[in-house]
Amino acid sequence: MSKVLVIAEHDGTNLNGSTARAVSCASDLGLDGIDIVVLASDGSAVAEQAAKISGVSNVLLVQNPANENAVAAFLAPQIEALATDYSHVLAPSTTFGKDLMPRVAAHLGRPQISDIMRVESSHVFDRPIYAGNAIATVEAPEGLVIGTVRTASYKAAANDGSASVETRSVDVTLPTHTRFVELASGGGGDRPDLQAASKVVSGGRGVGSEENFKVIYNLADKMGAGVGASRAAVDAGFIPNDHQVGQTGKIIAPDLYMAFGISGAIQHLAGIKDAGTIVAINKDADAPIFEVADYGLVADLFEVIEELEKAL
Amino acid sequence: MKILVGVKRVVDYNVRIQVKPDGSGVATDGVKMSMNPFDEIAVEEALRIKEAGHAEEVIVTTIGPKACQEQLRTALAMGADRAIHVLTDEEIQPLTGARILKALADKESPKIVLLGKQAIDDDNNQTAQMLGALSHWPQATFASEVKIEGETATVTREVDAGLETISVNLPAVISADLRLNEPRYVKLPDIMKAKRKPMETVSIEDLGVEHAATVKVLKTAAPAKRQAGIKVESVTELVTALKEKGLI
Repeated sequence: MSKVLVIAEHDGTNLNGSTARAVSCASDLGLDGIDIVVLASDGSAVAEQAAKISGVSNVLLVQNPANENAVAAFLAPQIEALATDYSHVLAPSTTFGKDLMPRVAAHLGRPQISDIMRVESSHVFDRPIYAGNAIATVEAPEGLVIGTVRTASYKAAANDGSASVETRSVDVTLPTHTRFVELASGGGGDRPDLQAASKVVSGGRGVGSEENFKVIYNLADKMGAGVGASRAAVDAGFIPNDHQVGQTGKIIAPDLYMAFGISGAIQHLAGIKDAGTIVAINKDADAPIFEVADYGLVADLFEVIEELEKAL
Repeated sequence: MKILVGVKRVVDYNVRIQVKPDGSGVATDGVKMSMNPFDEIAVEEALRIKEAGHAEEVIVTTIGPKACQEQLRTALAMGADRAIHVLTDEEIQPLTGARILKALADKESPKIVLLGKQAIDDDNNQTAQMLGALSHWPQATFASEVKIEGETATVTREVDAGLETISVNLPAVISADLRLNEPRYVKLPDIMKAKRKPMETVSIEDLGVEHAATVKVLKTAAPAKRQAGIKVESVTELVTALKEKGLI
């Protein structure tokens, strides 16, 4: 039996949308079954959400007070103990999965395939290298495959499943060398999560100031969109870094991406390649963003936003 | 306390990447090579920790062919005290790389190993975490702030949800993210001075490291290009187009 174990990403209350995307990748493997493991302190709500993901057979719920926060050094030994029943262990390639999975892989003496973007066979995958400027087709060695899934390459699996939830106890000694202190969020409020949003309104250096970014937030709220930013805008202090879109920020694939005052550096474009429709508004007609935009408008972004708000 | 910093020689981040027409990889002949930018940040952080009085020695290391000594010299010119070159002409993947770093850490007993969060060539983002696992050390990845207090490090991490802070006991592995610091510029006298700093060469066999199973690269291709669309003349035209596609 070849089965896939997908590690659920969650915040203790809600399952992160990246999990259902990783399940889509797991489905492409075409193996005998997909299980999800929810490692939490009190995870029944998250497990119920995971059970609804289409294509999942079992949800394993591993509850331990140490799993209150996702500390890789605590989660890894628990996953290692479960991995023996599986041919593949996958997690989303978010900061959660990137932090965690190599720790699992190394303990098990396995190399890891990072950022799987396409499954060719059980051991052959495509993955981006050089910030997505090249795609490597790689073959994992025989045996257990440990990988992370590039979430922008996969649509979330449907939400019509009914997997069984099974509580598992994992008997491992956890280290005591790491303490979670706090998580300071960028203050997204009720706005949709950048990585899950179907629409994203994004601002760059052209927005000019933190104060001016209000117009980006307002437009996003009016459209029900997430708010993104270029690295230049983040580095200039206009907006917190958790809004950053690009190779060193978040790689996203919304249906609609609207870039205001973003020139389109290679590293930014690497983060939006998989967007459905890209709209670019920039004063500079030669900005590289226009080379990838489906609709480009050479104009002052503030005037455009004002007109857009009236038209919507 | 000692700090060990790992650096990697990679294609310079300003170089436009060309995939070889036969699909055998990315063209690197005659291409400008540099220290991986995240590793440069790791070197800088180690130097700042030393300058703040928390460490006595910063050791830099790299794994690779002879040419990598250039990057070690750069790190020495930045201010590192000595270098260890693990000389090999083979391509070393993260798990074997982590085993090599563990062997060096066993030998040197640093309290902190600082690495870049990922190399900008293979984009694996694995080595620091793997080293943490193999050493049974705590890991603080994607660091944007590091505070050392006695035997602990308080590290702010750049995570998708914002900024997470964790506290880890030393020894620990820390991986540097982009906003941790801005690396210093190297001055000419420092480059001259760096030539006289000690550089030791060791082999993987000297360190007694066994190679891990490797991931085989079957082919390398250029990514699918996104086609440029059209320029619209007005907001009205834009809104009409987006409405037609059902996007707004």
